[in-house]
Amino acid sequence: MPLPPLVPPAAELSAADIARYSRHLLLPEVGLTGQQRLKHARVLVIGAGGLGSPVLLYLAAAGVGTLGIIDGDVVEASNLQRQVIHTVAGIGQPKTESARAALLALNPELKVILHAGRLEAGNALALMAPYDLVIDGCDNFATRYLVNDACVLAGKPYVWGSIFRFEGQASVFWEQAPGDAGIHYRDLYPEPPPPELAPSCAEGGVLGVLCAAIGAIMATEAIKLITGIGESLLGRLLVYDALEMRQRCLPIRRDPKRQPITGLIDYPAFCGLGVVSSPASASISPAQLQQWRQGGVPFCLIDLREPAERAIVQIAGAEAIPKDQLLNHPTLLDASGAVPIVLHCKSGQRSLAVLQALQGQGYRGLHHLDGGILAWIRDVEPSLPSY
Amino acid sequence: MREIDLLFFARLREVLGVGHERLSLPETVRTVADLMGLLCQREGKWAEELGGKRLFRVAINQEMASLDAEIPAGAEVAIFPPVTGG
Repeated sequence: MPLPPLVPPAAELSAADIARYSRHLLLPEVGLTGQQRLKHARVLVIGAGGLGSPVLLYLAAAGVGTLGIIDGDVVEASNLQRQVIHTVAGIGQPKTESARAALLALNPELKVILHAGRLEAGNALALMAPYDLVIDGCDNFATRYLVNDACVLAGKPYVWGSIFRFEGQASVFWEQAPGDAGIHYRDLYPEPPPPELAPSCAEGGVLGVLCAAIGAIMATEAIKLITGIGESLLGRLLVYDALEMRQRCLPIRRDPKRQPITGLIDYPAFCGLGVVSSPASASISPAQLQQWRQGGVPFCLIDLREPAERAIVQIAGAEAIPKDQLLNHPTLLDASGAVPIVLHCKSGQRSLAVLQALQGQGYRGLHHLDGGILAWIRDVEPSLPSY
Repeated sequence: MREIDLLFFARLREVLGVGHERLSLPETVRTVADLMGLLCQREGKWAEELGGKRLFRVAINQEMASLDAEIPAGAEVAIFPPVTGG
């Protein structure tokens, strides 16, 4: 639906601005006024990862005057396949700083504000307050619901996008949108899936260039909101399928059973996170497992990862039983208790979930490798490739 | 018998191992809820994924549909879960 411009044209354009943004100025829909709106706009981008990278780069190139960035991670080599704002030189640096360097190289006139650390219920409203628009490119459901609820409480519009393997979804949410068009994320997805049904890119993989497709849609929607042009994605869910190269646009309506959002809650708990813990005796560290191995202690190591992950790297001697297969057929395990069974995955999340599920069914003598194969590589076999 | 095109997205496509199928609906299957009941009779993952707590959305001919929505002949029925990668 068409919306009025979000930002007043309160910034002056310099002669250099006019030269730089001439291709925008030639578009009657944008023009001098639209470019002044962009220059005056303050946009907060949550996550400088797969989606945040193209969003930040294109908004900086488009002349958005102030960009805030929230991200608590550091750049890793495995990010560079899709997080195009970062480079080899940035590996090991905070993503916020790596992103700022790239943005200022592209556009030195830009004001970049960094918020290192994570968005939390305690800081979200204060962080968002100075911004006109929020962009959600984070990677977990807890932050998704936090961003939504905080934007509802703060009255801010936000552009939302998310990706999975070869598919993406995008929309615009704004509870206080003019003309009673208000809608928010909980109208679309009232509740998060349980954590075991919410695979991350780190677990499920993602086609790198998918981020560019969805990120470009998000940046486009941000520019349209700021300048008040076109038909916003507000009230529609865009579903993009890279393999079939099809996109569908589905109208979203208010959930008739929606509850008013009156305050922020404990989002990790709402998403079923942070409440899992394994008894210390069931966890085994990589160093301890290596001691067992070197000391000739018999044990059975089960690799719960998917075949594509096993093809990258394995711990020698591990038997492969992918997580879902084991959960469906727990009798695959020799549960006689004759030898201890150690479950492992990539980072320890899946092995902990399986451990708890099997313990709930009465299985005993189970352990899980704390930190997964990544911790094993870090602590015991650093020559193996990490992913 | 009414023929429909059934589409699965994201995690459901991976877990069920199917992205698109053409399905003939018996006369008794009128609504989205009926369709879910039919699919849950299949072996394996189907009941687990589609039968429990409903954490996906259904669109009929690119319009979001509730469980009691009727499925017309020739409809495209798309079932998609939330995704959160970024």
